[in-house]
Amino acid sequence: MERIAESPLAVYQAHLEKGELAYQWSPEAQKAVFYPRVICPFTGSDRLEWRVSAGLGTVYATTVTHPREGAPYNVALIDCDEGFRLMSRVEDLAPEAVRIGLRVKLRVHRPGGEDPAYPVFVPLDSA
Amino acid sequence: MDGLQRGSAAIVGVAESDLGAVANEMSPIDLMAQGIHRALADCGLGLRDVDGLLCATILGGSSFMFHVAHAQAALQLGLCKVAVIAYGSTQRTIGRRQASVREYNPYETPFRPFLPSTAYALAASRHMHQFGTTREQLAAVAVAARDWALLNPVAWEKKPLTISEVLSARMISYPFTVRDCCLVTDGGGAVIMTTPQRARSLKKPPIFVLGCGQAITHANISSMPDLTVTGALPSGRAAYAMAGLGPTDIDVVELYDAFTINTILFLEDLGFCPKGEGGRFVAHGRIAPKGNLPVNTNGGGLSYCHPGMYGLFLLIEATRQLRHECGARQVADCETAIAHGNGGVLSSQSTVILGTQATF
Repeated sequence: MERIAESPLAVYQAHLEKGELAYQWSPEAQKAVFYPRVICPFTGSDRLEWRVSAGLGTVYATTVTHPREGAPYNVALIDCDEGFRLMSRVEDLAPEAVRIGLRVKLRVHRPGGEDPAYPVFVPLDSA
Repeated sequence: MDGLQRGSAAIVGVAESDLGAVANEMSPIDLMAQGIHRALADCGLGLRDVDGLLCATILGGSSFMFHVAHAQAALQLGLCKVAVIAYGSTQRTIGRRQASVREYNPYETPFRPFLPSTAYALAASRHMHQFGTTREQLAAVAVAARDWALLNPVAWEKKPLTISEVLSARMISYPFTVRDCCLVTDGGGAVIMTTPQRARSLKKPPIFVLGCGQAITHANISSMPDLTVTGALPSGRAAYAMAGLGPTDIDVVELYDAFTINTILFLEDLGFCPKGEGGRFVAHGRIAPKGNLPVNTNGGGLSYCHPGMYGLFLLIEATRQLRHECGARQVADCETAIAHGNGGVLSSQSTVILGTQATF
């Protein structure tokens, strides 16, 4: 087996730095794979290809989490059109107004400092 | 011999350690030791009789039902003669964050999910969306658990609870208020298992392991294939097949109620009602003490005790119900019980079906 030169997370993060949401594609399973990993969970194969999402998706599940201090915030699961699901949040909308079925579009959030970029979503019709 | 055989092992001793808020500086090992000591006394065996110990919690709250299957395999193969399953946690006295530290997950941690409640809230959102389940129906699960707890002298909660009190309590992660979420208590205990032959010579009537099943579907909630269908479906099927029983044959139901949605999901997936009907099924007291399906008869993780990983307590309560030791909360004429454990964020599911001598 070939030595892995770059971790799945490093590749994913490098795409985010470029403003892209990357995911993997399993040619054997003909399915999208997310989170990025070394072995396809459907087939056990180590053949996984990288692809870049168009950044469009639909809210699959949503909640508003209430911290003991600070404002409540949204946490959602987003089904991307390419067939993978990820945890994220919907911005530009009150957290309780986020609805299952809402169409959303990617926005890469850059927290600044040492913190890595991560993918959030905004309502498609306001984007 | 092919696989686990119905009734090839029995539960002969059960006990809780001190529960609730235990004495200062007690350790999880202290609580395990106390639980084991009491459980051995319950069956009349001694520490020297024990040659198998199962106390890992890598599968969270479902670990204990996995341990029952593994202990049964070891007993059936003659690898050990007396197995002890034990647990202890001091998460209330030392604080939850110290008790269970979560790893940083680059795909989830940036979104600040309050785990595990946020993950279960996402599952509840899906159930409400697909099936019309309401917050009032979720609250009915908490109220039923409280009504059972009021019949259990060692339950943490001592006061009645109403639907409107659940709904107006402090919000944790919508649709859950703090009353939709399990307690944070200390506690431990032990279950002693042995062979059917040996079991019959001990102090209490043996409770036989009739069926076991397990399923692991995901680690993180974003990897769960369908948030409304849990691994309790295959784990329950396997346990029923081994036991030769179905849901209508079960007299007492003990389900891991970390959150109110759990009870609804597991009632559906274990076949007590059709998928999507769980909310309507639990409304109007059907699973409460005067209802027609006794569920979580000790008061559950919601109102009796929840020390981090609660699964062991479901086995203790199921065994006590089948021995008819439960006083005011005793289910009449029960001969079979199901104890269903849940771990992670609906990640691992493990089912055990128990029965009295009459079923074996």
